[in-house]
Amino acid sequence: MNRKAIALRCVKAVFIGLVLLLLYAPILLLAVYSFIDTDIIGTTGAFTFDHYKDLFTDSQVMTMIGNTLGLAFASAALSTLLGTLGAIGMFYSKKRVKTAIGAVSRIPIINAEIVTALSLAILFVTFGLPKSYFTLLMGHMVISTPFVVLSVMPKLKQMDNSLYEAALDLGASPAQALFKVILPQIIPGVISGFMLAITLSLDDYIVTVYTRPAGFDTISTYVFNATIRGNAHTAETLSSFWALTTIIFLIILIVVISANLAGRKKKEAVK
Amino acid sequence: MRLRFSRKMLGIPYAVFLVFFVIIPMLIILFYAFTDKEMHLSFGNFIQFFSDPTKLSTIVYSLVIALITTAVSLLIAYPVAYILARSKMKKKFVILLLFVTPMWINFVLRINAIRELLGWIGLLGEANYFNTILGMVYDFLPFMILPLYTTMLKIDESFYEASADLGANALTTFRRVTLPLSMPGIASGITMVFLPSMTNYVVSDMLGNSKVTIIGKFIYEYFGTNWHMGSMVALILLIVVFLSTWLTGGFKEDETVRGANL
Repeated sequence: MNRKAIALRCVKAVFIGLVLLLLYAPILLLAVYSFIDTDIIGTTGAFTFDHYKDLFTDSQVMTMIGNTLGLAFASAALSTLLGTLGAIGMFYSKKRVKTAIGAVSRIPIINAEIVTALSLAILFVTFGLPKSYFTLLMGHMVISTPFVVLSVMPKLKQMDNSLYEAALDLGASPAQALFKVILPQIIPGVISGFMLAITLSLDDYIVTVYTRPAGFDTISTYVFNATIRGNAHTAETLSSFWALTTIIFLIILIVVISANLAGRKKKEAVK
Repeated sequence: MRLRFSRKMLGIPYAVFLVFFVIIPMLIILFYAFTDKEMHLSFGNFIQFFSDPTKLSTIVYSLVIALITTAVSLLIAYPVAYILARSKMKKKFVILLLFVTPMWINFVLRINAIRELLGWIGLLGEANYFNTILGMVYDFLPFMILPLYTTMLKIDESFYEASADLGANALTTFRRVTLPLSMPGIASGITMVFLPSMTNYVVSDMLGNSKVTIIGKFIYEYFGTNWHMGSMVALILLIVVFLSTWLTGGFKEDETVRGANL
């Protein structure tokens, strides 16, 4: 390899490294300060676990974390069920029906979140539905179900269709054939749809604000109100968010790494 | 007649769900946008909105913020996607994953992290527009990288070789081969960054010291006071979305949205 090529490779590596550094700088800053005994970033202090202690002993914060997780799992489970059945139904429908449902299903994906949120809020008022856990759940399902459909669809297209017919010929009921033949073939799409639904729900702020019942906080709404509106009930709450950010970042890192390792093992097993 | 089971029927609950929670809400928005407070048909909302100079200047500001955000994101994301897509490294997928990982941290916590960083270096409250754009670029960068990477990965290596064999230099190859073939990725990246940077007012509120107003914030403000005006702004955004999606062919199958199939 000549000199010029080596220099070019270095430039590329430095560029990628620099962008990654900028991307991770804010998170790493909080991760470091989550272990330092101070409430102001930039000042020094001793090593401490106090921010983590504050996080786990603040009952309001723990409630909102519980709310966030509960809502994410409930809405992801329902979205996955609705979206998987929807995708199967669409796949076997006439082309016109399939195209029509597919187009409407794309609306929440491409739409600005604020437009979806406003339309839902006005819908609930128009039909006299007071905001409740139900309206919040529906709001989250509107944003995540289309993504489940989107991740199940390609698996249906790859599926070997004759197996279903064979199962029926061999005497399976349609329900048995669905569970024992179709579902196992599309399960990777269903799982990735579920994961996507969870992350969309965990991440959401805008739709939550427009559909939640009074007094119900998720991580997004709680952190927003505490930092912007100054609604944090103690000064420790703000610095306990550093610990929360660090914990979430570590969990994601572990999930990403283990998913990668699992994927590699699978590939090796196939070989 | 007994109803026979058919696999098509499994789609019925989803179709009903879409009618209730997507189609009807959109129709209600349409209805409110074209009526006045007495529920009479009216175009007054449009006229009133577009004849207000402060509103118009906010729209211009908001568009400029969105344009700069999109341009900066593209300038950063394009080389990243290009380097990764053409790299022969075995582990390049892991590096791509590193670019997407921050996206999975809660969005408000992530913006709060930038807020703390900006506070530390003394920019918070000092450079509101700069901070807002920085936050948006930070937040929406993966949406630009992913579609660019997937389109560039599909470009056949032989195109580059042919171009070089035919005597083109690196710049010509880029201009005549790479750029035209990566256009679909550029288009979908732009739509995925431009729209949120016009509407996601959480970023501008948290980083712009509540001094930066973008179009999405109008809807929030009108929601408390005037649904007709709010719906009108929503309708305009809806039309912008449909036009841009239609123009960039986004209604076709697209499996890269938000890393759906990573």
